[in-house]
Amino acid sequence: MASTAKFWREQAARYNLEGTRCLTCGSFFFPPRAICPRCRRKGEIVPYRFKGTGEVITYTTVHQAPRNLNRQIPYTLAIIRLDEGTQLLSEVICDPEEIHTGMRVRAVFRKLGEEGERGIIYYGTKFVPILQT
Amino acid sequence: MTGIVSYGVYVPSYRIRVEDIANQWGEDPEVIKSGLMVEKKSVPDLDEDTATMSVEAARTAILRANINPEYIGAIYVGSESHPYAVKPTATIVGAAIGASNSFTAADFEFACKAGTAAIQTCIGLVALKKIKYGLAIGADVAQASPGDALEYTAGAGSAAYIIGDENVIAEIDDFTSFTSDTPDFWRRDLQKYPSHGGRFTGEPAYFRHIISATKDLMAKTGLKPTDFDYAVFHQPNGKFPLKAAKSLGFDAEQLKPGLIVTHIGNTYSASSLIGLAAVLDHALPGQRILMTSFGSGAGSDSFAITVTDAIETVRDRDKGPRVEDFLTRIKYVDYAGYAKHLSKIRM
Ligand SMILES: [Zn+2]
Repeated sequence: MASTAKFWREQAARYNLEGTRCLTCGSFFFPPRAICPRCRRKGEIVPYRFKGTGEVITYTTVHQAPRNLNRQIPYTLAIIRLDEGTQLLSEVICDPEEIHTGMRVRAVFRKLGEEGERGIIYYGTKFVPILQT
Repeated sequence: MTGIVSYGVYVPSYRIRVEDIANQWGEDPEVIKSGLMVEKKSVPDLDEDTATMSVEAARTAILRANINPEYIGAIYVGSESHPYAVKPTATIVGAAIGASNSFTAADFEFACKAGTAAIQTCIGLVALKKIKYGLAIGADVAQASPGDALEYTAGAGSAAYIIGDENVIAEIDDFTSFTSDTPDFWRRDLQKYPSHGGRFTGEPAYFRHIISATKDLMAKTGLKPTDFDYAVFHQPNGKFPLKAAKSLGFDAEQLKPGLIVTHIGNTYSASSLIGLAAVLDHALPGQRILMTSFGSGAGSDSFAITVTDAIETVRDRDKGPRVEDFLTRIKYVDYAGYAKHLSKIRM
């Protein structure tokens, strides 16, 4: 159950995009960092919850996946630049034809996977297109 | 007075048409559509369940009224499709909305009325000043056995209500309940799909409980059907609430704004609560709403609600979608896609 414990420790980051920022230089970090690589000992690191909006930098459509994800193929993975500036890799929930570079996205709460039928269910953040109204 | 401080709903974007289900089983689609007054139903995405939908609705409710989640002292999630048999959905919701750890929580189960039971519990705690805010959620991914009549209507959705006694957008003037031991619909432990008593689900179950709870409410409050601007009843299909409304003395105009089953199906614990949200999306200050839920087993909770001037403060569209927004941004799946989405095929 090593992965259950690991997931639990990372829960705040996965559920709510909780990262950190350095007050000294203004950098944002996700996943959270305890030390600012730029400021080192001069850096003042505080927790920061990202707003959850950003845009697609680059993406790929996955047609073959590990067994526990098999039901979801094809799905789209993207590098997303959050509006605060930091980048992360996440699934974007949309049709493969729909995604494009620069597409605006927002965070949603979804199932990320599960440890079989008896195991724990992993929840966390994925992204969906922001629809123009 | 204690009432609703904010609300939010969530409906998955996938739909299946009733005719696609009817064709799968060789039934006449037109007969079924007109019999149920349902055209399509909502289908969850592969990675959506009662917990994810609860979180989405709760986040909208929090954002709309700019609630500090650390002031939420109770979280109750009503559903008959909690993802875990043991491990409360309410704990997942608490973590995902950024609540503190100083809240009480439990999952409620009473077929389709567990969400309104959660609201009643929150009203009690708020009225006693034990908590500042209570979060009550009704959410379900309704399961129906393939080929069962329930399959035409069993939908997915959620609604979250924040109960408090400051800045309420709608006062909850009073409520009543009517409960009995009625075996109209059930699911035994470890069974994937529910069973039901067929025709038994109508008169002795739905109608008896809805009508009794609503009559009790009117007797208790001294209000008549004409005192209400809107009426919302649990919506297992389109016909039942219309018939219940008529026999209670409400007309179709009072019912129409909250009748959403035609577009999303029966969302079980979320059904009457999404209907109420559709009404709150457009109601004017001072207007009165009657809402009566129904849960098999069986019971009904009936509420008299009065909209306040504060309603306008939570209706900014940028902060949360309205019920009607979930009715237009949709994608259709066929029966095969639907079966995959609801894991009806074992892989
Ligand atoms: Zn720094």
